Amino acid sequence: MATSNFNRREFLKISAAFTGGLVVNLPLGKDAIAAGSGDFVPNAFIRIDRKGLVTLVMPQVEMGQGIYTAQAMLLAEELEVALEDVKLEAAPLNEALYAHPMLRRQMTGGSTSIRAFWKPLRIAGATARIMLIEAAAKQWGVDPKTCRAEDGFVFNETNSKKLAYGELVDAAATLTPPAPEGITLKSPEKFRLLGTPAKRLDTPGKVNGSLKYGIDAAPAGVKIAAIAVSPVLGGKPRSVDEKAVLAVKGVHKIILTDSAVAVVADHTGAAKKGLEAAAIVWDNGENASVSSADIITHLDEQSRQPGAVARSEGDVDKGLAGASQRLEAVYQLPFLAHSTMEPMNCTVHVRKDGCELWVGTQNLSAAKVGVVTATGLPPEKVVINNHIVGGGFGRRLEVDGIIHAVKVAMQVDGPVKVIWSREEDIQHGYYRPYYYDRMSAGLDADGNPIAWTHRVAGSSIYARIAPAAMANGVDPDGVEGAVHPPYKFPAMHVEFKQVEPQGVLTSWWRGVGPTHNIFMVESFIDELAAAAKADPVAYRKRLLTENPRALKVLEVAAEKADWGKPVGPRQGRGVAVQFAFGSYFAMIADVTVGTDGAVRVTRIVGAVDCGLTVNPNTIAAQIEGGAIYGLTAALYGAITFKDGRVEQSNFDNYQALRIEEAPHVETHIIPSAEPPGGIGEVSTSAVFPAVTNAIFAATGYRVRTLPVNARDLQKV
Amino acid sequence: MPSSIKVNGQTHLVDADEDTPLLWVLRDILGMTGTKFGCGQALCGACTVHIDGVATRSCVTTIETIGESEVTTIEALHTMEHGKRLQDAWVELEVPQCGYCQSGQLMSAAALLAETPKPTNADIDGAMSGNICRCGTYQRIRAAIQRASA
Repeated sequence: MATSNFNRREFLKISAAFTGGLVVNLPLGKDAIAAGSGDFVPNAFIRIDRKGLVTLVMPQVEMGQGIYTAQAMLLAEELEVALEDVKLEAAPLNEALYAHPMLRRQMTGGSTSIRAFWKPLRIAGATARIMLIEAAAKQWGVDPKTCRAEDGFVFNETNSKKLAYGELVDAAATLTPPAPEGITLKSPEKFRLLGTPAKRLDTPGKVNGSLKYGIDAAPAGVKIAAIAVSPVLGGKPRSVDEKAVLAVKGVHKIILTDSAVAVVADHTGAAKKGLEAAAIVWDNGENASVSSADIITHLDEQSRQPGAVARSEGDVDKGLAGASQRLEAVYQLPFLAHSTMEPMNCTVHVRKDGCELWVGTQNLSAAKVGVVTATGLPPEKVVINNHIVGGGFGRRLEVDGIIHAVKVAMQVDGPVKVIWSREEDIQHGYYRPYYYDRMSAGLDADGNPIAWTHRVAGSSIYARIAPAAMANGVDPDGVEGAVHPPYKFPAMHVEFKQVEPQGVLTSWWRGVGPTHNIFMVESFIDELAAAAKADPVAYRKRLLTENPRALKVLEVAAEKADWGKPVGPRQGRGVAVQFAFGSYFAMIADVTVGTDGAVRVTRIVGAVDCGLTVNPNTIAAQIEGGAIYGLTAALYGAITFKDGRVEQSNFDNYQALRIEEAPHVETHIIPSAEPPGGIGEVSTSAVFPAVTNAIFAATGYRVRTLPVNARDLQKV
Repeated sequence: MPSSIKVNGQTHLVDADEDTPLLWVLRDILGMTGTKFGCGQALCGACTVHIDGVATRSCVTTIETIGESEVTTIEALHTMEHGKRLQDAWVELEVPQCGYCQSGQLMSAAALLAETPKPTNADIDGAMSGNICRCGTYQRIRAAIQRASA
């Protein structure tokens, strides 16, 4: 998210974006860079040259989620061109043209891309199609209504003539675009691309090594810098052994910034060797004694105090007092790093009169603000070449890596590529907050919940990036998934208690707010079902009678996953249901718990209703990958602190799930005519409770703190 | 003294310390960026290349250890016996998501098929265990290797 100031109106739009609300249309201005080129440029997203080459400009960054292909499908569907005939280009930095309609910035996150661009990109495609048809009709002297566009041509139904788009660009460029509100978009039954499993357009370059990520950028004369950021947040470099560094072959320079040391060399090998020789001494500053134990103790204390009220309905005190059974639980989730496969990196060339960057970022808008602030250059002198991203997961919504690189580049003549080691990447994250939530519920004599309370305690991301959002003390992300669970409770009360951990930076992670709260809510619902001696699926169905879309995904998942069929000893099946990112999703996980406590997830079945589908293959891929990402965290993920430093460093102690541990993930898509929902994060948030509920089914042990601790499961 | 290394059939003279990892020679000196940096400790497999046909982590392989051996990278995968079939299967089954780890995945898969042309799922898991994919494309990797070996 952007680091610039947000006003209340902007916050509402962002908050709507993350909760699936209103969509604002995009301005369809012309792309300045193509003006006067002789091409037909009906709007910022489409350019057609005289040879008929169609270039589509992608406003959202591709980081594996398939958005390049999905955006191209939206444009090509209405433009009436074949997907394989288009050329894709990343949008340049230009907020007036390419700002996300919900987030109002050039950023990619929150599973919002399709929700936001579903309509504007189709309008952009239709605008061009209408103008090309009009140009052809004029040339033929016929009514445009007698013409149709197909596969890059305009056809005349009455005289059987046809003209290629390339032959029409000059005439089309002279026409006035139709008003967006007057454009009729294709009805779903006429879709030829949307809803089909179209092949991803970015795959070929990913199987032959030719695709260039930010880390592969190599402007002429580029030097490489290895960087060490202060291991304690807020620390500064005090001294280095410059002589030893410069003695390394290939090293040019050592640079100290306010918080980091960088060694500039001909290649990364020399830069890393130089950095090792630097023997850096740090001034650790005020966070030198930060520890996880202290952070958790503080959270425990603070979580006992009332928080800001996020939702309160009915009389929970009365409900709890009159309950036949009363349940209470504390749930905890750890700090998490993102560990994207492509480590943080950024190439920068700072000149006196301007600055050019090569990087893959989810947040061009914040990057620009960061560069302008660091360099003092006017915004129009900053050029950022965005790249396809080697894994985002929210990490590349933050621009700290870019700012570090710019500060280094300001002391280098010519371009420099700053590369973080994996250790730097893991130890200098903006971490998913540690959460410490208190839940309680009361059940009536039939086991039905009559009161539900949930107090979230943890860091607020909004308080840092959009403080105006905190007017009433509630972080909308901190309680997302808690305030509007799919279930109906006669009385419910949800609070947010902001507790900032000293010496730790927090931010988005794949699944943002829902990843946290859906674990809490779906685990606790499972506890309620157990207390009511009810089957977990049957119990949820009882509470979903007024929520047909949620009920449907649950029924489909249960049927496909053979819910109710017997399993072996120390095996169990667990369920989770959610409404998040504008989509309904149910997941059922099968686990086996070894006598050594090791958890093996053997099968995952997901059923999703994400409204109209753009590309079902991408949906399946996101359900598969999102589940593995969440499962990695559920089984292994925890960033911990000692002496102000992160204790984990690389994939040996911050593990990632490997192929032999990966369950088969099945995806079932419920046909739907509802507006599209998000898909990139739904299975990440569902997999935590689905797995821990399955562990409960297998062992009777309720996991309330992640990651799963094998030692706890040996005893059960 | 410059070292001589042979990559994809071509010999290059490289002026770098002999303990420089092959990965940085490929990427920064020879400009062959298809081989990726992931961890620097042979823990993730993103930097996998073949040295005389053996899948090897280039991030911990210094150039002094290579000698006369043949280095093969993702840029030459299509020329290898199973290379093109693996690439086609990867495209057909839409394996990559972010794609960053896939060069290494493909190089490990090619070494597997050279040794075991008809691998079982257990063979695949064994050979591919050293290659992390944070996007979680594992089930498609398994299926694509099976397809390429069929």
